[in-house]
Amino acid sequence: MVLSAVMAAGAMAAETLKIGAILSVTGPTAFLGVPEANTLKMLVEDINASGGINGQKVELIIKDSAGQKEKAVSYAKQLIEEEKVFAILGPTRTGSTLAIKSLCEKSQTLLISCASSKMIVDPVASFVFKTPQNDSLAVRKIYEHMQKQGISSIAVAVGGTGFGKMGKKFSEELAPEYGITIVASEVYAPNVTDLSSLVAKWSGNEEIHAVINWSIVPAQTILAKNMRQANWDVPVYLSHGFGNIKYVEVGGKAVEGVLFPAGRLLIAGELPAEHPQKKLLLDYKNNYESKYNEPVSTFGGHAYDALMILKTALETVGEAETMKVRDTIENMSFVGTGGIFTFSPTDHSGLDIDAFEMMTVRDGKFVRYDAGTE
Amino acid sequence: MTLELFIQYIFAGITYGAIYAIVAIGFNIIYNTTGIINFAQGEFVMLGGMISISLIEYLNLPAAIALAVVITMIIGALVEIIFIRWLQGPSVLRMIIITIGVSILIREAALHIWGESVRSLPYFIGDEITSVSILGAHISPQVFCVLAVCTVMMLLLGVFFKTTSVGREMRACAANSTAAILCGINTRNMVTLSFVLSAAIGALAGAVMSPITYSQYNIGTGLAIKGFTVAILGGLGSSGGAVIAGLLLGIIEAFSVSVLPLAFQEAISIAILLLILFIRPHGLFGSKDAAGLKQF
Repeated sequence: MVLSAVMAAGAMAAETLKIGAILSVTGPTAFLGVPEANTLKMLVEDINASGGINGQKVELIIKDSAGQKEKAVSYAKQLIEEEKVFAILGPTRTGSTLAIKSLCEKSQTLLISCASSKMIVDPVASFVFKTPQNDSLAVRKIYEHMQKQGISSIAVAVGGTGFGKMGKKFSEELAPEYGITIVASEVYAPNVTDLSSLVAKWSGNEEIHAVINWSIVPAQTILAKNMRQANWDVPVYLSHGFGNIKYVEVGGKAVEGVLFPAGRLLIAGELPAEHPQKKLLLDYKNNYESKYNEPVSTFGGHAYDALMILKTALETVGEAETMKVRDTIENMSFVGTGGIFTFSPTDHSGLDIDAFEMMTVRDGKFVRYDAGTE
Repeated sequence: MTLELFIQYIFAGITYGAIYAIVAIGFNIIYNTTGIINFAQGEFVMLGGMISISLIEYLNLPAAIALAVVITMIIGALVEIIFIRWLQGPSVLRMIIITIGVSILIREAALHIWGESVRSLPYFIGDEITSVSILGAHISPQVFCVLAVCTVMMLLLGVFFKTTSVGREMRACAANSTAAILCGINTRNMVTLSFVLSAAIGALAGAVMSPITYSQYNIGTGLAIKGFTVAILGGLGSSGGAVIAGLLLGIIEAFSVSVLPLAFQEAISIAILLLILFIRPHGLFGSKDAAGLKQF
């Protein structure tokens, strides 16, 4: 009896494919991490129900980093050294990803991050990929839009997080290219609760014709709210970190009309029928929404892309062999929720600016910006 | 600086100043009867906001806030009865450490009950984008709700301590607890009452400020630090001092944004706290001799 049980366990272990995930299921970025974790759980259930990947059942190990770098590092070590996972999905946040980038590189563990900064894939680390659109592309998308609107002098506020600092860096670097001048720039504490004094300061500056608020913490709605209360009516641009409808629920009327770049998942229903992403987006959206009874968000989509890219590569190779899977991803073209990925050995992000649409909020819902102006 | 801008800053400052003052008064009430600082004061503010947000699904706004205040008062009483009352001649340090423990306990419990998410009560008048125009500046009507509630609360507290017999008994404990015992005042009950009272004003402030600042399980710590700074600045135990110091700190913070980067705003209150502790440890309005009589 005992012997057979041990043997069965041994056989089980050989058959399962262990995939780790480090996500901020709690903490200030839980609006990002929760849909990511939900998505992975849902997909792994489906994959296992239909026989696994290459005949191997998938064992998903989700670790909650609570959005903290330190926890991400210790969980990454645990997943690599103790659990000996085949690949790690996540972390949710840029800072955490950068903190474990070299760890995965040294141990030759595949990492497919759900965080957006370009720094994750530039310089390229041969085992590190990411699925969200580059933050530098999001900045470009916003600047293109400003150019069209004839806006050339702006203010930038960012949250004091890894994500915020990257937004500040790229918005400052790219501004001259688009003929845009940043006349004021501030970093606020991630746990800030009110920015009315900042609004007072900026609203007196007539040179500010638009405001970018680059943040993934709840504060991204606070600035818009305080601006509306102060009757200061310049356009507010938010980052692609705004793609969860829960932020709109918190912000209420204050976020009506804010502008932000995001992947097409949020407006899947509006896409023309022939769009290559449409079917996949609607399938994922419907499955997620019927299972979890909450609206889909772009963040869950990042996790979807991460797991599906790994799955596709594994199935192409036919076995769980890290080097071959890595090489396959590097030469892969993949239609995902974030856009149409084209990876190469020098591009581990795979998306270009066309992955973004400019969106806005109307009547408490995400809509395409152009849809309203046509 | 234009007049509109000046008014905009002033209102941003006094809104926060009033909230800091209320937290500081909560500290003072308990300090006066027990000689300790109750570091769970910020948690009372958090509870007031969070409980009323939960109740608003079932009740109308005034009823939800009233019930939330009552529930927080009961929690305040329980904190005192369970953790403080039975101690025999406890040292001040021991009681302070207990309140720090209680604050962590309440915070963690709140995390389990309400989760991480940020919530808020609806605006009492209008909504997120309503604003009232004063001399060209635009102010959210909620700011006036906060100011009105804080003012009324301070006035009522003043009347309570000056004219009612219970209020006078509490002041007697504050002045000299041994003499108060000799006069037949039950000082233990007064201590419980002081916890109930500061829980009540904290909870009410927490509910009124919720639409402006949002409520989350962990807002208490930050508020407690600000409130403590204000209580020290105004002179521990002095309610009038707390009001003036609170408004002062709020306005300094608001105007600091016009000259310093926003990232330094949080550091200002800490810098002021350190300065005061070095230069004038009994605060701006406290008396040096009175401070010398206290253990802390």
